[in-house]
Amino acid sequence: MDTFLLQILNGLDKGSAYALIALGLTLIFGTLGVVNFAHGALFMIGAFCAVTLSRILNLSYETIDPEKKDFLGNPAVVKTTYVESWFGPEAGAWIIDWAVPLGILFAIPIMLLIGYVMERGLIKHFYKRPHADQILVTFGLAIVLQEVIKYFYGANPIPTPAPSAFKGSFDFGVLLGMDPNVIIYPYWRMIYFTFSLVVIGAVFSFLQFTTFGMVVRAGMADRETVGLLGINIDKRFTIMFGIAAAVAGLAGVMYTPINSPNYHMGMDFLVLSFVVVVVGGMGSLPGAVLAGFLLGILESFASMNWIKDILPGIDQIIIYLVAIIILLTRPRGLMGRKGVMEE
Amino acid sequence: MLGLNQKDTKFLLIVVALTLLTPFLTQPFAESSGLAQFNAGYPDLMQRFAIYGIFAIGFNILFGLTGYLSFGHAAFLGVGSYSAVWMMKLLTTNVIPGIILAIVVSGLFALLIGYVSLRRSGIYFSILTLALAQMSFNLAYSVLTPITNGETGLQLTLNDPRILGVTATPDGSIPATHLFGLEMKSSAQWEVFGHLFTFNVGYYFCAVMAIIAFYLSLRIFRSPFGMMLRAVKTNQTRMSYTGLNARPYTLAAFVISGMYAGLAGGLLASMDPLAGAERMQWTASGEVVIMTILGGAGTLMGPVLGAGFIKYFENIFSKINDGVLHGWFAFLPDGLEDFVVFLIHPFVGKGWHLTLGLLFMLVVTFLPGGLMEGGNRISRWYKNRRNKGTDTDEGTPHAPKSTPHVAE
Repeated sequence: MDTFLLQILNGLDKGSAYALIALGLTLIFGTLGVVNFAHGALFMIGAFCAVTLSRILNLSYETIDPEKKDFLGNPAVVKTTYVESWFGPEAGAWIIDWAVPLGILFAIPIMLLIGYVMERGLIKHFYKRPHADQILVTFGLAIVLQEVIKYFYGANPIPTPAPSAFKGSFDFGVLLGMDPNVIIYPYWRMIYFTFSLVVIGAVFSFLQFTTFGMVVRAGMADRETVGLLGINIDKRFTIMFGIAAAVAGLAGVMYTPINSPNYHMGMDFLVLSFVVVVVGGMGSLPGAVLAGFLLGILESFASMNWIKDILPGIDQIIIYLVAIIILLTRPRGLMGRKGVMEE
Repeated sequence: MLGLNQKDTKFLLIVVALTLLTPFLTQPFAESSGLAQFNAGYPDLMQRFAIYGIFAIGFNILFGLTGYLSFGHAAFLGVGSYSAVWMMKLLTTNVIPGIILAIVVSGLFALLIGYVSLRRSGIYFSILTLALAQMSFNLAYSVLTPITNGETGLQLTLNDPRILGVTATPDGSIPATHLFGLEMKSSAQWEVFGHLFTFNVGYYFCAVMAIIAFYLSLRIFRSPFGMMLRAVKTNQTRMSYTGLNARPYTLAAFVISGMYAGLAGGLLASMDPLAGAERMQWTASGEVVIMTILGGAGTLMGPVLGAGFIKYFENIFSKINDGVLHGWFAFLPDGLEDFVVFLIHPFVGKGWHLTLGLLFMLVVTFLPGGLMEGGNRISRWYKNRRNKGTDTDEGTPHAPKSTPHVAE
């Protein structure tokens, strides 16, 4: 029972990342009908937004403190960050410590802008072209984005810690009346899971309860009719592309403390997210979210030792295996609508 | 000749000549001149031209003819490499058995993967092949370590049995790969007028293989089977209405292109008996897609051109560093020179992939037919301009098209 619970919890954080990326992919596919191979790169850019913010906050200037002496007896050089000098030492230190959560505020406008530029500048010209061309051009774009990041930030992973308040782990076992230290779960992963639920909830309620969302949903169902009613659907779809980019970016920002960002993390997640989208059903938003969490949990179950003893290597391939089985037996995925991309 | 009409025979002969003369053609600059760094006439690179040419020709049989975009072709290359190295470990370092095994094993593997993934088409097919290839990559890294030697990669050792060959040479080193005694790495050099030409056994072996591969693909393109594959790309629904089942044709194309990839993998292992799992990664599959598209999918020469283009510039670009750039722009005033170097710097050296990505995006956007279409456009424009003065009746827009126009 306890290992069972532990594996579910372990699967949740990866599942959250899959779900968020797959949600964005599906939003883009459902609205614009474009298969975006650069979505993983957007996730990576989000993570590097957090890195950039933490670097900006750590910018400092040097002053010579005549009171203190270093070990040679010269006046010591003291580094003070600008943030600390502006907000006072205590508030400044707090801001620097909270760089990753603050990265959310920093990333949203950047990701919206990137999404907007990408759609208007590139994707727009590919609506009428075959899916293969869309895959190819976004694949090229993914390479370019990845290389740009590599040029500016180097090839090594950049550790970006979570705020010190969230270091350490939470003892779930005690909460359920078990012995301490049976089920422990890092605080930040809990935060990540909650955060992803909030983002997913926000996206769904935006689509469900606002006029804008209603128009977008109508456009997804029948683009032409909505256009005939005199609504500029293209403009709204462009905004949805920006929102999808922002969702991927936010997933990246919050993922940095779990895994130090490097330039190819996007590609690693992209392949899996595509598989998630396919399992969930191309074009189905709830399907993408559900499949994201399910596959994340399944992956963590497959990495349990006794399962690995029976089927060695299963943890490496379980997701692909599920995807292949789903595609062959139920091509529209778990919750896909009939007729979408069913060939 | 060889079952080809006159035009194709001429075409084939040109290709043969170009392939055999590669050591001259890739060495246009004298050793002492400043442009010697643009020479590409050394064995390793020439072998790569031929090998990746084969890989791309094979990929083109699937993607160019049937339109099925596979994102997992590197898996077959990797499987081919592993089988060839195993043959060299167990049997002999003669390359022939290794290559035969590579082709057979990758063909069988392609049959398996093709049987599963060809049940779907379009983007689903791409994702299925991607998933299957990524699965094989993960397996090669983890569970299959006894066969693939995991992260280290599979290589020859001094305790391999090598039943038909020798375990170790008399001086106690690992025997080199050879073709009935001709060592792959041995080469002859010829210096004339300051040019240094290298004739490498391995390259000529790859070149002969590439010519055979090209000839076979030419025959496939001209055959009724090739016509069927084009029909699959053009309109599969209409094809099935006429009572034809497309699956056997696409599966055959998939297996053939898998065997081409296996041959390329076997050749890679023959040139350098080493096989690693990173050859199977999906970025490697992406590379062959880029080669084919860049050159021109669906054309005979396009993939070979694309493979040569990418391998050549990959090599040249990674050699250009800031010092070289400063040398080139030394004629500019100082400030401007630094600025120009600063602008170009991100795109050369380690930035080759950035340039490649940008180039690929541009080609997909503006020149979907790749380099071949670019060449055709230029020659048409040139012809039109020349014809304008003399004969206005034969303007191309009104001339009947040689191939029937079909919607994609």
